[in-house]
Amino acid sequence: MFNVPSTPGGAAIRSFGEFQPSNVVTNADLEQRVETNDEWIQSRVGIKERRIAGPEDTVVSMAVAAGGKALASGGMSPEDIDLVIVATCTVQDQIPNAAASVAARLGITAPGAFDVNAACAGFCYALGVAADAVRAGSARNVLVIGSEKLSDWVDWQDRSTCVIFADGAGAAVVSASEEHGIGPVVWGSSGDRADKIFLREGKYLYQEGQAVFRWTTTELYKVALEALERAGVQPSELTAFVPHQANLRIVESIARKLGAPQALVARDIVTAGNTSSASIPLALSRMVGRGELPSGSIVLTLGFGAGLVYAAQVIRVP
Amino acid sequence: MAHSEQEILAGLGEIIEEIVGTEPSEVTPEKSFVDDLDIDSLSMVEIAVAAQDKFGVEIPDDRLKDLKTVQDVINFIQK
Repeated sequence: MFNVPSTPGGAAIRSFGEFQPSNVVTNADLEQRVETNDEWIQSRVGIKERRIAGPEDTVVSMAVAAGGKALASGGMSPEDIDLVIVATCTVQDQIPNAAASVAARLGITAPGAFDVNAACAGFCYALGVAADAVRAGSARNVLVIGSEKLSDWVDWQDRSTCVIFADGAGAAVVSASEEHGIGPVVWGSSGDRADKIFLREGKYLYQEGQAVFRWTTTELYKVALEALERAGVQPSELTAFVPHQANLRIVESIARKLGAPQALVARDIVTAGNTSSASIPLALSRMVGRGELPSGSIVLTLGFGAGLVYAAQVIRVP
Repeated sequence: MAHSEQEILAGLGEIIEEIVGTEPSEVTPEKSFVDDLDIDSLSMVEIAVAAQDKFGVEIPDDRLKDLKTVQDVINFIQK
């Protein structure tokens, strides 16, 4: 009935980029603020240090920095991009959205631009939407960014949360490709458990640690395995597993259940903390930068967080 | 299916050895998870999940704080 693009091609990641604030906050620094210690933090969440943004770093500015690096790394000009998606749940102002401002500051003229709030699963959701847009012909090149300033939403007197959360951004450019370099997204939610992670008093991140731990360590490996199956990838083919960097014990517990002992497991949380939707692209970008993920590597991602929401897909490293 | 106290104790010993590496002989009824066995709140969740698989009794998160000793868990599973 209508004309629609007939471009049944693939989508693939072209490049990554990342940004971390310069301010390093160690566990020793936190010992000065709240009743805690390095041994407790490392044994419970696996974090040694994290980056905390100053007033000059915002969700938008960090997204611009990460997005700009992804464009440069992929050899892309601003005019090549026709869609910008920013996954975030920590913007100060809901209006206007972050994506349009990010695009303008990168010199990308009049792209489609919207934000995604799927909490810590945001990047996997945004990547899934970006891949679908490219495969359907709605966009040629998409800039996908996860950017979070969680430090604005942390009660710095609450030792159960302030040791976990951090700030940063990670980005990827998704482009049309002959081969499928991004597998089908497997996503879902469990809104009946919305009370497990939320903003206490509308201001401070709160989570029921035991409930979240049980959920993540008993249910989510099935989502990850389904993403592999949907893409036709065997666990033995995985180069790496890059889940949301929520807590090292959660990361390692899920990894053990995948049946992929050869896969490198992202442990970016140790030095980056939990950066919500930024954690997966940040980890990917840093791992690529260190040479841990050669071109062609097959990587399984798994995002999960407040909602509860979750999403997974396999990607091929450019 | 009811389990004897001995069966549950032996089962908990295996579970705790797998999760935190403690010798099963160390796992005796009077031991406190936190003070004697060095088991934290997240490991307690893992123990609860493993115990559910082994004994078919669900231990919800909101009950975990009441289960302070090995005997408390045995009683919970037997009740």
